[in-house]
Amino acid sequence: MGHQEEALHMTPEEQKVFEDKLYAYVGVEVCSRKPAKDAVNETMIRHWTEVMGDTNPAYTDPEWAAQSRRGKTIAPPAMMYVWNQEGYSVASSGRASDPQTEMAEMLNDHGFTGVLGTNVKQEYVKEISPGDTVYVQMVIDNISERKVTARGPGYFFETLATFSDQNGDTIGVQRFRVLKFIPQEQPAASASDDKLQVPTRIASPRGHDNGWWWNAVDEGKVLIQRCKGCQTLRHPPRPMCGECQSMEWDSIESTLDGEIMSFTALRHPKIPGYPADPICAVIKLGEGTNIVSNIVGCDFDDIAIGMKVKGKVEQVDEKTMLPQFYPA
Amino acid sequence: MVANIKDKAVIVGVHNTKFSKDSGVSELSLAAQAVKGAIDDAGLKPSDIDGFATFTMDSNDEIEVARAVGCGDLTFWGRSHYGGGAATGSLHQAVMAVATGMAECVAVYRALNGRSGQRFSSGVSGEIMTADAIHWGWYMPYGLLTPASWVAMFNQRWMHLTGVTKDAMFEVAHSTREYAINNPNAFFHGRSFDRAEYDASRMIADPLQLFDCCQESDGASCVIVTTPERARDLKQPGVAVRGVAQAAAPDQEQMTSFYREEFAAIPEMEIAAKNCFEMSGLSVDDIDAAVIYDAFSPIVLWQLEAWGFCGFGESGDFVLDGALRPGGRLPTNTHGGQLSEAYIHGVNGIVEATRLVRGQSRNQPEKDINHALVTSGVGIPTGGALLGKLDY
Ligand SMILES: [Zn+2]
Repeated sequence: MGHQEEALHMTPEEQKVFEDKLYAYVGVEVCSRKPAKDAVNETMIRHWTEVMGDTNPAYTDPEWAAQSRRGKTIAPPAMMYVWNQEGYSVASSGRASDPQTEMAEMLNDHGFTGVLGTNVKQEYVKEISPGDTVYVQMVIDNISERKVTARGPGYFFETLATFSDQNGDTIGVQRFRVLKFIPQEQPAASASDDKLQVPTRIASPRGHDNGWWWNAVDEGKVLIQRCKGCQTLRHPPRPMCGECQSMEWDSIESTLDGEIMSFTALRHPKIPGYPADPICAVIKLGEGTNIVSNIVGCDFDDIAIGMKVKGKVEQVDEKTMLPQFYPA
Repeated sequence: MVANIKDKAVIVGVHNTKFSKDSGVSELSLAAQAVKGAIDDAGLKPSDIDGFATFTMDSNDEIEVARAVGCGDLTFWGRSHYGGGAATGSLHQAVMAVATGMAECVAVYRALNGRSGQRFSSGVSGEIMTADAIHWGWYMPYGLLTPASWVAMFNQRWMHLTGVTKDAMFEVAHSTREYAINNPNAFFHGRSFDRAEYDASRMIADPLQLFDCCQESDGASCVIVTTPERARDLKQPGVAVRGVAQAAAPDQEQMTSFYREEFAAIPEMEIAAKNCFEMSGLSVDDIDAAVIYDAFSPIVLWQLEAWGFCGFGESGDFVLDGALRPGGRLPTNTHGGQLSEAYIHGVNGIVEATRLVRGQSRNQPEKDINHALVTSGVGIPTGGALLGKLDY
């Protein structure tokens, strides 16, 4: 918690100092070219293919392979990264310190304790066979700017491993992308902690009378509550019909054809998680009820009361689905 | 049925604390100072206070204020809801208590660190799951989350329907500022501004610019209400409450009544006006001066129409004729208003309306002020009061 607060409270100057140190790792070699402990061998290939359920005879059937155009078995290309793994020695003596572990420690010390491998991308250049030796060399290829993610604020970094054989020919490359992040608190805790600002739009709370409406928006629909007693439409939803006092209701889906009744843009203050100067409007829907929403897809100066608009439900940020209206 | 409170409760003491942008003291300290100041103004003792009225939004418990000031037995406390709608709403509570004998001396107070503490302009956040938060949830995700943006939404449509322009909004802001220049406790004391400066100011929420918006202030105001019998023995000329009303209208929301057939209107204020006139026996022609709630400049215009000083859409011409100025038909917000004195949620307005009737305003009009109007916030459940000279 202490680290998290520290990172979240970094002043722009402190963040600059921290990032200068962080970005110094770009291009740094994590390990220089070194050979795997074991040469490529049939035993490890067999173990791997059995686990993966891969029955390709090119990997495991010497007789079949002898008659193939290669004349010998090959290692599965996806095993490329396997040969240079540290193995059980890491479990007993720990991973030796290297620039990547040093960088990770520095991130940990600033609260970026979370770690998430986000994707691996391999490219294969040359096939290898039992008897070959795989060499690996690895660098920290790039580090992103500070990003806000669903997991929390953090940095993506990518290592680039280059595999080669005993002749120095490149076998392939592997990019491994990792997110180091400040873990988000549980939602219940973060709600009371105003220091944690997740810059998405402020969501409506969802209770008995309105939750169904927002759940429908999440599924791409704007509903209008309808009294089962007298068919009167009402928005925002409420538990009883003001016309006939019935508590029975269903809903209809709006076509989102509408007309602007009034509009404004929130110029000041700027609210984190919102586009600059969001244009808000009261829109009379074709069904007859009014709704407040955003006008998008045109300039503020082109908007007028009486203008026809057409809405659709869109994902407006990482967490938020909202109806948005465009000039019709 | 018409309420029978006319002249049964009298404002006898008023006080404002120093208004500032950073009081450096607690809200309780401000409340205690305001109440004590009003007690002194009336010539009462702390032990005379037996009731309190304030806003649901106020953070100061009545018993804490009572202990701080040294009051004795309390027999009444009541609060009024809906932000600035509670300005005359808290007076309404006090008047009912005094008129019915539930209490004899009720202190109406509002104290806030509205600038150095929680600021209204920072908007609603919906962090707490309440019916109120669910209400704001219809607006927050879109960015419609500040008082200025809600008022702007009404105003854009009202201007569209009436053809009233920013000339009228400027006149409201400017006439108010001219009054503040003479008020040492006003934020804009001694500081004039012109149309060029007004036009050049930052856009807040179209069409509201910076000088269309009130101050955010630290401070407190208090008025003390008692019986006419007691008022006649006190230090200051008594200012009787001729009428006071609270009102909400159908399809009312807090600041966002966008679902009415025509929402560029404030029917709740029309109800308050009708009821105040009925219970007081007064008409609009009897009103000599006014303190009209001015969190934002255009809401003064809408209220002039709601109270019948002019017809719908005519408030622009009304103010551009100089009606709000010292020699005009309705000298208004003579303390500098919330636009230029301080935003104490309208209770500083009750103080000023009382002073106008007493003849003690910093900008006292030359004509006799026999009756003054004071109103509450707009766009919410609201209200107003008509004050007049006791024994007039
Ligand atoms: Zn019904």
